[in-house]
Amino acid sequence: MKTIKEINEKIRKGEVVVVTVEEVIDLVQKKGAKKAAQEVDVVTTGTFGPMCSSGAYFNIGHSKPRIKVGGGTCTFNDVPAYTGFAAVDVYLGATALPDDDPRNKIYPGEFKYGGAHVIQELVAGKDVRLEASAYGTDCYPRKKIETLINIKDLNEAVLFNMRNAYQNYNVAVNLSDKTIYTYMGMLKSNLGNANYCSAGQLSPLLKDPEYRQIGIGTKIFLGGGIGYIAWQGTQHNPQVARKENGIPQAPSGTLAVIGDLKQMKPEWLVGTSMLGYGVTLIVGIGVPIPILDEETLSRAAAKDEDIYTQIVDYSQNYPQCVGSSLGEVNYAQLKTGKIVIKGKEIATGNLSSYSRAREISEELKLWIKKGDFLLTEPVAKLPGKESGYTFKMLKERPIIKKEE
Amino acid sequence: MISKRIVLHFPDRLVDQPIVYKLVKEFDLQFNILKAFVTPQEEGLMVLELTGKRENFDQGVEYLQSCGVRIQSLSQDVVRNEKKCTNCGVCVPICPTEALVVDPQTRKVLFNNKKCIACELCVKICPPRAMEVHF
Repeated sequence: MKTIKEINEKIRKGEVVVVTVEEVIDLVQKKGAKKAAQEVDVVTTGTFGPMCSSGAYFNIGHSKPRIKVGGGTCTFNDVPAYTGFAAVDVYLGATALPDDDPRNKIYPGEFKYGGAHVIQELVAGKDVRLEASAYGTDCYPRKKIETLINIKDLNEAVLFNMRNAYQNYNVAVNLSDKTIYTYMGMLKSNLGNANYCSAGQLSPLLKDPEYRQIGIGTKIFLGGGIGYIAWQGTQHNPQVARKENGIPQAPSGTLAVIGDLKQMKPEWLVGTSMLGYGVTLIVGIGVPIPILDEETLSRAAAKDEDIYTQIVDYSQNYPQCVGSSLGEVNYAQLKTGKIVIKGKEIATGNLSSYSRAREISEELKLWIKKGDFLLTEPVAKLPGKESGYTFKMLKERPIIKKEE
Repeated sequence: MISKRIVLHFPDRLVDQPIVYKLVKEFDLQFNILKAFVTPQEEGLMVLELTGKRENFDQGVEYLQSCGVRIQSLSQDVVRNEKKCTNCGVCVPICPTEALVVDPQTRKVLFNNKKCIACELCVKICPPRAMEVHF
């Protein structure tokens, strides 16, 4: 049994033993979990996939004379940001599109540029064109502004993503007789391909499946900089079915994360276009798992073949919320490049970059080794199964107009 | 016998000439049109797979050049922007010729442009738009 305090002491002294998920898997195979748990202090994870519920807020600074952008309009390179705050605070969502983007009018739409691309350009240090309009008040008389801005001149630029790092995700297929374009990529007709989206054995929440170590307040690698887990992510659902190893067999837990955008890097926040679907942001996240006991280590050493997920039809089942899983596969099977569904061999593709996830786990390991990154004690737990916390569908109710 | 894929750029004055016909008739070459943009009064572009005896192939290419056709080998056609590619691998099951495959060790995507037939499916579906068409 170790404590986080003891591990941090070792980090400060340069004596910490930190390994990536891949290394701990090897270590457990060679020495067994008990021995490995005694030796290892920290296991580093990583994931690098498209995460739509991402965005950033900015305080753009006050112009002379002042303008109240709050309640007005604001665009960055023509991409609209949300202005429903105080005078010069705005939030730019990853999936936001310029008003004149043709969207899916010419199907499938290309979605070449949106909020995620603006975020990546800002992080890369590029100038971005800001245009805002306001209604004007006595204290904020100005009604219009057009200017170039740069991230270094903004008061605050903060990445704040309300749902990231999904603990497990569906494998998407298409049972219909025409090609479809989804957030899981292009799916060819009649089970033409099977797309998945997870770093599997490297993915943070799959390595602490019951949220024993990862919690609110945990310090993480976020977009190439340092971030924190702010809350459970939206749609967090600890109630899905789990295997004996505690690992959910379908999309389950999620994280809301926050961090200073100014110290992040454009290699780890990538603006992305999903044909026929929209714009999204690929986010790099790495979470360190403190090995406080053997149980934690065993969980962190789960392999691709221990992690199962569901195959879902995206032509009917997903959009219409009908039917059920077409079957279950594990990530080792998915990584061979082929799986069998309904007797047919189907090529698989991952939307989430395993090689970049591996780089994140190595980078985070390096930070910890060098003493630059101390671990944090969670300030509160993420809701687990026992909490009863769950995910609900929208219940639509008719709006009855009252007679005057 | 050799088989090569080439990109032909021909100037507007040649667009209405039966150039491919001559390749068959005079040089005994088989052709397979992989792609063509031919509009009257504009520069034409055609991607051909040519199969035949080596000397016939060389003479055919010489003939094309003597007519004023600019020739490129196809391997320059679809290019991966290494800076943009995240090596996710979602292009892999889409590629009809297995020109894109995942290295099982590094889990990086390998692009073998010799196998590429320039269908451009990967160009459209690549999330960070790392696959580019260069003519």
